[in-house]
Amino acid sequence: MRRALPAALLALSALVVWEGAVRIFGIPAFLLPGPVAVFEAFWESRAMLLQHAVPTAGEALVGFAFAAAAGILSGIIINRSSLAERSLYPWLVASQTIPIIAIAPVLVTWFGYGPTPKVIVVTLFCFFPITVSVVDGLRAVDPDLIRLMRSFGARPWRIFFMVEAPGALPFLFGGLRLAVTYCVIGAVIGEWVGSSEGLGFLMIQDKAQFEIPRLFAEIGLLSFMGVSLFLTVALTQRLFAPWTLKRDA
Amino acid sequence: MSKGGVRILDGVDLGVAPGEFVALIGPSGAGKSTLLNQLAGLEVPDEGSVDLDGAPLTCPGSVSYMPQSDLLLPWRSVVANVALGLEATGTPRRAARKKARQALVHFGLEEFSDASPWALSGGMRSRVALLRTALLGREVLLLDEPFGALDALTRRGLQEWLIGVRDELAATIVLVTHDVDEALLLSDRVVVLTKRPARVALDLTVDLPRPRTMEVETTAQFSRLKARLLDALGVVG
Repeated sequence: MRRALPAALLALSALVVWEGAVRIFGIPAFLLPGPVAVFEAFWESRAMLLQHAVPTAGEALVGFAFAAAAGILSGIIINRSSLAERSLYPWLVASQTIPIIAIAPVLVTWFGYGPTPKVIVVTLFCFFPITVSVVDGLRAVDPDLIRLMRSFGARPWRIFFMVEAPGALPFLFGGLRLAVTYCVIGAVIGEWVGSSEGLGFLMIQDKAQFEIPRLFAEIGLLSFMGVSLFLTVALTQRLFAPWTLKRDA
Repeated sequence: MSKGGVRILDGVDLGVAPGEFVALIGPSGAGKSTLLNQLAGLEVPDEGSVDLDGAPLTCPGSVSYMPQSDLLLPWRSVVANVALGLEATGTPRRAARKKARQALVHFGLEEFSDASPWALSGGMRSRVALLRTALLGREVLLLDEPFGALDALTRRGLQEWLIGVRDELAATIVLVTHDVDEALLLSDRVVVLTKRPARVALDLTVDLPRPRTMEVETTAQFSRLKARLLDALGVVG
């Protein structure tokens, strides 16, 4: 808790400066609402905002789960097979240069207005950092450790599950923490392109209707969602792989 | 044996009797590691062979091997680290852990059983690593500069400890070391290798009385043996 204090103080002073600036300079709410107005907008529409937050969070979580599965699997395949590394890896890297926002409309025409295209967008956003972290993590396992296991007479699959996979965990968690911050952005972009519900859908509507304070409330809610997901991943790491946080690990 | 066109070992003909403690010593880059890899079955020689009980050794898993660094796994407790070799070769986890716990008790390390490796001192980590290797119960134990990374005092402590537990290990031991004193203190025989391509320069029987203690290093007999070793290594004379 004490470690969170500087961040909380910084946020508080930023809010105070923001509110003060809005009042002193008389900035109209449709240009820049102050934090008080934003919170009022949130409180008035809280039921609707929370209702629309559910599908957005669902798309982000399901997409992230798919991305984790795809990232771990492709990372392992690339690590195991030099043919896969030479054939697959360059194209995975190249795929990251495609602006996902440009292919999102195509996905909507293929899969409709339901959650499917959003989940795909989230997966596309998130899987790559996870793939890279798994490839790097498996590569970073001490070769002497693998030699030790071989000297025991261990079979390759046992070497993988007993030494290589746990050894790659610190890297994997790094990738997961990075990816989880992208998944909310992916879900919102998916909703912007075509949807009938979700915080992204509300944002488009509120922008059109000049409901700017509520638009800011939606942004705040999305940011809260992203931070919560990040903390969940960090907590999972602390609970299930505490040794990855040790300096000598 | 050659690697990348460089001849590393050249006609090293070496027999080790059951129960014998042999130290291998030689200049850096002499090919000690290559030889040890071959003894462990991790590498197969281009020429010649490594035989164990009369049969050529072509794959790992027949002898126990302890590498230079302790390589304890940070996600396993001490007892789970000691059990690693057994679990790696298919012993069920519960049985392996039970055996590891018994071994820790037997070697007086039970107070560390449930500790994490990062809580241990360097010397303690080496003891755990040695136990992990010894627990496989194979008849040959290969030690690759096992105490090389430790400070001098800790190293002394471990050498004394190894003298003490030598009989419990009940194995043929091949120790690779840079340390002439360590070789003489611990072994029955010291084999000196030359620079690349390595040959046997000297095969010296260490006829110091057992049981040995550190005091043996102050005897005239020890000094004579040490002078012969240093001579063969080309350090003096």
